[in-house]
Amino acid sequence: MLGSHTTHDVNASIDALITQYQHQPGALLPLLHAIQDSVGYVPESSYAQISKALSLSVAEVHGVVTFYHHFRSHKPGRHIMQICRAESCQAMGSEALEAHAKKCLNVDYHQTTADEAITLEPVYCLGNCALSPSVMMDDEIYGRVSPADLDALIAEVKA
Amino acid sequence: MATKIYIPRDSSALAVGAEKVAAAVAAEAKARGLNIEIIRNGSRGLYWLETMVEVATENGRVAYGPVKVKDVASLFDADFIHGKSHALNLGLTDEIDWLKKQQRLTFARVGITDPVSLDDYLAHDGYKGLKNALKLSGADIVKAVTDSGLRGRGGAAFPTGIKWNTVLGCEADQKYIVCNADEGDSGTYSDRMIMEGDPFVLIEGMTIAGVAVGATQGYIYVRSEYPHALATLNAAIEVANKASYLGSNVLGSGKVFHLEVRRAAGAYVCGEETSLLESLEGKRGLVRFKPPLPAIEGLFGKPTVVNNVISLATVPIILDKGAQYYANYGMGRSRGTLPIQLAGNLKRNGLVELAFGATLRELLYDFGGGSFTGKPIRAVQVGGPLGAYLPESQFDTPLDYEEFAKLWAVLGHGGIVAFDDTVDMAKMARYAFEFCAVESCGKCTPCRIGSTRGVEVIDKITANKGKPEHVNSIQLVRDLSDTMLNGSLCALGGMTPYPVLSALNHFPEDFGVSSGGLSSETKVG
Repeated sequence: MLGSHTTHDVNASIDALITQYQHQPGALLPLLHAIQDSVGYVPESSYAQISKALSLSVAEVHGVVTFYHHFRSHKPGRHIMQICRAESCQAMGSEALEAHAKKCLNVDYHQTTADEAITLEPVYCLGNCALSPSVMMDDEIYGRVSPADLDALIAEVKA
Repeated sequence: MATKIYIPRDSSALAVGAEKVAAAVAAEAKARGLNIEIIRNGSRGLYWLETMVEVATENGRVAYGPVKVKDVASLFDADFIHGKSHALNLGLTDEIDWLKKQQRLTFARVGITDPVSLDDYLAHDGYKGLKNALKLSGADIVKAVTDSGLRGRGGAAFPTGIKWNTVLGCEADQKYIVCNADEGDSGTYSDRMIMEGDPFVLIEGMTIAGVAVGATQGYIYVRSEYPHALATLNAAIEVANKASYLGSNVLGSGKVFHLEVRRAAGAYVCGEETSLLESLEGKRGLVRFKPPLPAIEGLFGKPTVVNNVISLATVPIILDKGAQYYANYGMGRSRGTLPIQLAGNLKRNGLVELAFGATLRELLYDFGGGSFTGKPIRAVQVGGPLGAYLPESQFDTPLDYEEFAKLWAVLGHGGIVAFDDTVDMAKMARYAFEFCAVESCGKCTPCRIGSTRGVEVIDKITANKGKPEHVNSIQLVRDLSDTMLNGSLCALGGMTPYPVLSALNHFPEDFGVSSGGLSSETKVG
């Protein structure tokens, strides 16, 4: 991530990605993924650059970024924790897990902890339904997660 | 010779520590000076036994599970690399009853091979289907798929061959094969298991589809929630390209088929085929009006086959062993096998591939082992978040598209989620509306507004139990469901009434309604 870099670095990095992706058919989603993977989010300040390169309006770029749950236009915490809210996880106690997470992190969904360590997000199925309830921390999936497991996971990434 | 040890790379195995187990096995072997080769296979699908470690012995593969890091030293002490006894020894993998009772056709290789080894794939009947297909005309390939009786495994159950035939019959300068791997239904993970455990079978199926209908470009649209599936597919595609199983001259046949993975971005509605196409084109995933059908005007306005992962991954065995071989499995108009995924509150969750016709009860109790919590199973939801809830009285229903339709239920993508008797069905009905509100694309009013009004009305029902206005709220849910059912543009709004009304009809007590008062209203749909 380029979280600590300057705006100038971020703009240059986004320009490079635009050059790399702009000629693909249906380039917008792959480009937005590349930007978010690199910068951590899709800065609103980049909509103009993107729209110009792909011959779209700024409104269209804004529409796509905000339509998809995966994309975010603001800087998240250093880690992203997703808790599955779907039926299989509900059948195995995910509601208690959600409540526990919100309480210990002192945030609601779509919010970031005061120390900027963790952004909490809901997710609707991680495909780990055989081992519910499920949690994803960044790119790692965890199954059969108890509130105590969650505490350990949080402590691990905060350390 | 090095002893082969299999430790899954499947997401769910990783979710319970497979990576750490693999590292511990490697370290322990090194410390003891033992010559082993660790193969990261897919999962056999016995998830309650993950991490399941297998060792190749002269009698076959011996399984141990569930293995935790703390068990690794004792496994070596017990000489597990020669298949010796240990508390976690499960015997020969092929003799495990749970696996032995299955009919694995689509999943024939999953858990057995190294997913990204082309040699392993070829050694296990891989690419026989494509080689046969390359000798046939497009029309004959389509006929084989039609004759097999294969129906769309994504949930809609539309005959795959008929869809292909429409695309075959279109004249166009460009056609596309699109694989819908946006597996968003709760309780389903078979697409993920194929992509992570046997990606070549999907690649082969798509290549056959391309050769059949004359499409030269394929896209696999994979959910962003599946990072391991994305990585495995990309690795396998690279291998297939290098070995000319993909590219501008497939196996020297002169046929062209390029394949690319595209990452979705967390919108459930993009599992709907027209919304998926919009997304692939780089737009918001707004559902399109039909007609035109995607088979005629699909991706970038060109004729497009859009099929689910399991449908496409089943094509190779049909072309290998023949349409009749596949059609001999199943019942009624549901031919072949269905990879069923057991989920939620069950003791033994996992992947059960069976010919159509097994009952829910067999799956929940014989395979699933009853509830995980030990309490009675009160309800099961089949077919994802838009599927109906079924009560115990319907557990003897055979898994068959038409038998489920008779109950106003759906098989969908084959996911079964079990709930014990602590479930509050009014809450589940509320969740169904809430989910629809979160995921609605917003194009049609019944879905966009109806879902939000639905949440509010269920809240009123829960708050006003026993009061006179309660009866009106119940009627309002039925009226609203009727509007969504008949007025929505796609299945998201159109099927949200399935979980809502099935919960209300089968579990009225959770809504504060006596079952006796429902007699004139039980008919839904």
